[in-house]
Amino acid sequence: MAEIRVVHYLNQFFGQIGGEEKADIAPLKQDGPVGPGTALQQALDEDMKIVGTVICGDSYFNENTETALNKIIEMIKSYNPDIVIAGPGFNAGRYGMACGTVCKAVQERLNIPALTGLYEENPGTDMFKKDIYIIKTGNSAAQMRKAVPAMAKLAVKLAKGLPVGSPDEEGYFAKGIRKNVFHEKRGSARAVDMLVAKLKGEPFKTEYPMPIFDRVTPRPGVKDLSKAKIALVTSGGIVPKGNPDRIESSSASKYGKYDITGVYDLTEETYETAHGGYDPVYANQDADRVLPVDVLREMEKEGIIGSLHNVFYTTVGNGTSVANSKKFAHEIGLELKEAGVDAIILTST
Amino acid sequence: MRLELGNIYVKDVQFGAKTEFKDGIVYVNKEELIKELQDERLSKIDVDIVRPGDSVRICPVKDVLEPRVKVSGNGQVFPGFFGNAEVVGSGRTHVLKGMTVLTVGKIVGFQEGIIDMTGPGADYTPFSKTINLVILADKVEGLKQHEHEAAVRMAGLKATRYIAEVARNVEPDEIKVYETKPLAQQLNEYPELPKVAYVYMLQSQGLMHDTYLYGVDAKQILPTFIYPTEVMDGAIISGNCVSSCDKNTTFHHMNNPIIYDLYERHGKDYNFVGVICTNENVTLLDKERSSNFTAKLVEFLGVDGVIISEEGFGNPDADLIMNCRKISALGVKTVCVTDEYAGRDGASQSLADSHPSADAVVSGGNANEVITLPKLDRVIGYIDAVNVIAGGFDGSLAEDGSITVEIQAITGATNELGYNKMGALGF
Repeated sequence: MAEIRVVHYLNQFFGQIGGEEKADIAPLKQDGPVGPGTALQQALDEDMKIVGTVICGDSYFNENTETALNKIIEMIKSYNPDIVIAGPGFNAGRYGMACGTVCKAVQERLNIPALTGLYEENPGTDMFKKDIYIIKTGNSAAQMRKAVPAMAKLAVKLAKGLPVGSPDEEGYFAKGIRKNVFHEKRGSARAVDMLVAKLKGEPFKTEYPMPIFDRVTPRPGVKDLSKAKIALVTSGGIVPKGNPDRIESSSASKYGKYDITGVYDLTEETYETAHGGYDPVYANQDADRVLPVDVLREMEKEGIIGSLHNVFYTTVGNGTSVANSKKFAHEIGLELKEAGVDAIILTST
Repeated sequence: MRLELGNIYVKDVQFGAKTEFKDGIVYVNKEELIKELQDERLSKIDVDIVRPGDSVRICPVKDVLEPRVKVSGNGQVFPGFFGNAEVVGSGRTHVLKGMTVLTVGKIVGFQEGIIDMTGPGADYTPFSKTINLVILADKVEGLKQHEHEAAVRMAGLKATRYIAEVARNVEPDEIKVYETKPLAQQLNEYPELPKVAYVYMLQSQGLMHDTYLYGVDAKQILPTFIYPTEVMDGAIISGNCVSSCDKNTTFHHMNNPIIYDLYERHGKDYNFVGVICTNENVTLLDKERSSNFTAKLVEFLGVDGVIISEEGFGNPDADLIMNCRKISALGVKTVCVTDEYAGRDGASQSLADSHPSADAVVSGGNANEVITLPKLDRVIGYIDAVNVIAGGFDGSLAEDGSITVEIQAITGATNELGYNKMGALGF
């Protein structure tokens, strides 16, 4: 069997360039393994070889993501690899994001498997665990000796196209994919086993961990609308024409806030939607259909509401993670509270 | 209540001059059986026999039943349909093990199933492993869908009763005894063991989504308490056209594996005191009422743990979660048995509702998983139905005779009584 070519991605610290003072270095490549690559090479099968290492400063990567990523992918590609291993990044936030971003891009652009290893609280874990295999690691480099063999074991399977076991067996974060399997016992016997364990207070393992929804208790109604300051917030993606903040059409990583002082109507010339999850024709014709500025201005004029807040907040709900949505809502909520807003109308699509 | 189940192992089913049981073989007089099933709502009735390994695809399958006959004790099998709705579940019942009666015919709704007797599809249905006496019944022109369903349902019950009669005077190969005492006695039977009950959710979402308990449409019941052995005598039958992968056929009810497996460790690990039957009606008021009554019955019985099984998916997920939440709130330990609709890629949320109290769930598998079933030599029924049944789609039936469907379309594939070994896990 031909040799399996591996490329390893590291940050400036593990790549032995330097500490935080070197975090702004641009991508560079070195032939063969570097730093933790040596231990990784030993843990891999004999027919697998780390042919090159690509290194990039964490700050540089996160401040110039697109440029850095293009360069990194180009460098990785130059080694003609069969698989890419990034990190492990432990609990280093910027490094974790870089490892996740690189692995995801490798899979999408080069069509080869990629994996990394991160600590559960690393922001890269939540962001990328659905897209790539991320081996669970401890929170610091002290855990390197445990992380490397687990990553190597999974890398061997991915590189050779061998079946990958369950998250528990392999030690990766569940990707959230439900697959059918045949158990040893029928379902009713498994249910009885589970009930007996639960009654005895012994450990048991559910076959389907419930997704936990965050339920928000609605606020009491507004007592006097005619004195209330109302704000508009939407996940329908309405933005000023041209989408100045480049809110993504799907899986939004940000929200926008836009001043509508003196705006009485959203027109085809001035506003549009950034949302990629629905037919945008009618929203682009008249964005008031999603964000009803026109109606609220009339109500403001007629004294039905006190006033319309002069800033609206917007993002794209399409495929956007619960984690991001929560973060946006928290920040928007605080700003609206500070601005003395009494009530918010939330519109979706 | 004490029931002896006399299992008679069937080696084969064959047509013969006389309907009888001889040397392990069930002989069926076809003409007599067809005459037995005459119904002005049915235009054509035919009978066929299929065996495990046959290159046969049966579609669209409506119901599957197991021939059982009451030899002693109260009432008849399928009470409420036959006899005077006498209470069943005691005495002795003979069972023709290893065979089924299976009803097929033009599609009633959209949600009838496929059974392959061989090939990859056979792994997903328990009825590829049984010898099936297939009743083909077609309706007369102009018959409404719900009348069509009722006519075919009765044909299945009548055929099963007719066949089961041959077992009456046969010496069973084995006798299994199941006993549950009157509640006050049963509760005191094993004072050192935790007490458990089974919460049995019956599909009752509406017309053609019906289940019958002693002949009563389960939509109309308030949750009630029964002896587990009543179910073994056909107290619950299926009258529904929901997705075939997770509808409980009458066979599944009679063989409810949760009841049999709870009996298995009864007196050793817990004290199994009985079964609470509840429904899955569609309005919120009905859901609240039924789950309130179910939780009340659990509290009334004073049990420490329950297994709750769902039937169907989507809307009934809300009933499952309500039952689980309200019963757990009493401090009673719960285990839920359900199946999943996680999308063809398995990446979506599996249930329509959730609650942290549902922390012990057994899954019958992801019904959306897609499978291609190669052409088989013979089709019994109407194969065009695969393009419209739940789990099929336009283009499911390829020109070469193979079909590509979600396993949702396979009868019993993701059964929520835990009849199968298949399940889904997170990867």
